[in-house]
Amino acid sequence: MRSDMSLPWWAWAAMGVGLVAFAAMVGVTIRRNRGIHRSLFASPYTLWMIIFTVVPVILIGYYAFTDANGAFTLDNFKNFWDSNFNANKSILAAGEAVGQDYSAYITRGTVNVDTLVYSLWMAFLCTVICLLLGYPAALIMADRKMKLGPTLVVLFIIPMWMNFLLRTIAWMSLLEDSGLINTFLKWLGFEGVQLMYNSEAVLLGMVYNFLPFMVFPIYTALSKMDFRLSEAAADLGCNSWQTLYKVTMPLSIPGIVSGITMVFMPSVTTFFIPRVLGGGNTMMFGDLIEAKFLTEGNWNVGSALSLIMMLLILVSLSILRKADPNGEGGGIA
Amino acid sequence: MMKWLKKCYLALVLIFLYVPIIVLIVQSFNAGKSRAKWEGFSLRWYIELFQDERTLQALFVTLSIAVLAMIVSTVLGTLAAIGIHAMKKRPQALMMTLTNLPNTMPDIVTGISLMLLFIFTKVERGYVTMLLAHITFDTPYVILSVLPKLKQMNRHTYEAALDLGATPMYALFHVIIPQCKQGIITGAMLAFTLSLDDFTISYFTTSPLVQNLSTLIYSSARKGIDPSLNALSALMFVALLVLLLIVNRRTAEDK
Repeated sequence: MRSDMSLPWWAWAAMGVGLVAFAAMVGVTIRRNRGIHRSLFASPYTLWMIIFTVVPVILIGYYAFTDANGAFTLDNFKNFWDSNFNANKSILAAGEAVGQDYSAYITRGTVNVDTLVYSLWMAFLCTVICLLLGYPAALIMADRKMKLGPTLVVLFIIPMWMNFLLRTIAWMSLLEDSGLINTFLKWLGFEGVQLMYNSEAVLLGMVYNFLPFMVFPIYTALSKMDFRLSEAAADLGCNSWQTLYKVTMPLSIPGIVSGITMVFMPSVTTFFIPRVLGGGNTMMFGDLIEAKFLTEGNWNVGSALSLIMMLLILVSLSILRKADPNGEGGGIA
Repeated sequence: MMKWLKKCYLALVLIFLYVPIIVLIVQSFNAGKSRAKWEGFSLRWYIELFQDERTLQALFVTLSIAVLAMIVSTVLGTLAAIGIHAMKKRPQALMMTLTNLPNTMPDIVTGISLMLLFIFTKVERGYVTMLLAHITFDTPYVILSVLPKLKQMNRHTYEAALDLGATPMYALFHVIIPQCKQGIITGAMLAFTLSLDDFTISYFTTSPLVQNLSTLIYSSARKGIDPSLNALSALMFVALLVLLLIVNRRTAEDK
């Protein structure tokens, strides 16, 4: 871990100015309204968020753009593109020192980019599977004739009360070589199969953990829908598939968008599931960031990777928002 | 026929969701330590659980942090929602961006950024820092569940209360807060649940000396989980289930 952990003077100054500005704003509001206006009720929260959300994000930004000595640099981002960046730099420097061109010895390290691509691909697959599994489930739950909705919602929530690490570990006892599934297969007389320590196992764990987050928003959107619309479609001659395609599905888009967001985001950054079910054969972007901070102690590169991830998520969110401009999708509730 | 198929599909999805939980509960009654082999029924792990200092400590940390974070974030969040609701358009939009920021940030980034903050300010990581982190990620959820209730409220009831001689404070406690009670309760429950189940953010904001259940499970995951942790989570699961049934019955009676 870094020994030098002090911020430059201007960072402290900026924080001081921020606090003074905050106090001034509160003061001005009090004077202007000649008393405590209700909007001031938000000020403790505002102060809290400045200290515990805004400042920490600024810290990440500061680290991402500085080197170990605190000087401005873009090397951390170049390191994302070429994980051998620092090694290559010293190879070239050594070459220069002896007056030779060592560029032939340089290789680009692709670990970071590969991990990101792999994470995005896994998250994409997880989202698609959750959508394919979850949409029909939500549709059936919202079916007014079945009268099951609220009970089923509770049934989907209950598993989330079990600690998610333990549930993931429970999958281990099902999937491992001496696990329940393999024991069962052998009992039936089949060969055992290697089910753990591969991408499929990780994907299974992800789908298992994130499926409810796809089902809830879609269910909410569907149950808010005016059911007479689909009845009208049927009266006007649509068969049930056409009703689904042309009426129900378009109307549930806010729910789908919010479901996709709630599954995709945590799956890109998941970092426990790959470790347990992938057994180190699979590394996702979350693991990479954690390793940079806690194992390697390279906060600068770790911060740059975090920034890249945040940026990616913000971009994909804003693309998704276009599909649901009013933000009707809502949350879990 | 179609109806039967639909029910089957739902049943399959639910089985998928419940299989690991059943496995976990069954394991907690297994006499042996092995994950796969059944060595007979016993309550051994339940007895060991109550003698295991470390697990009980972690349980205490988890529950106390969940309760404290719930209380603080509910007060902070409800006040903030009322304040944001009363704001003019532009500051309101700014505050909503600020509120949505933690939700769009991946947990791991939130955790790491808070870790950096604590290391910087030279605050020793432990119980208090974990609590601060939990309040930070809980509060926006409280705001997001209270705010819709405030928007649904009829503006004029508050004004009517003022016209009838209520002070703003009196009107706040006797008119506004009762009307968004449901949202406040939802927010509080959400905060409690999120805090109870959090792993990533706790992992980065605490030290190995102060562990909650999640970080304890994580640190022992490689050596093989102590089955008494299974026993504990089975107990918690049943407790929550009973709680849910009681709440359900009470709301049914209210109707």
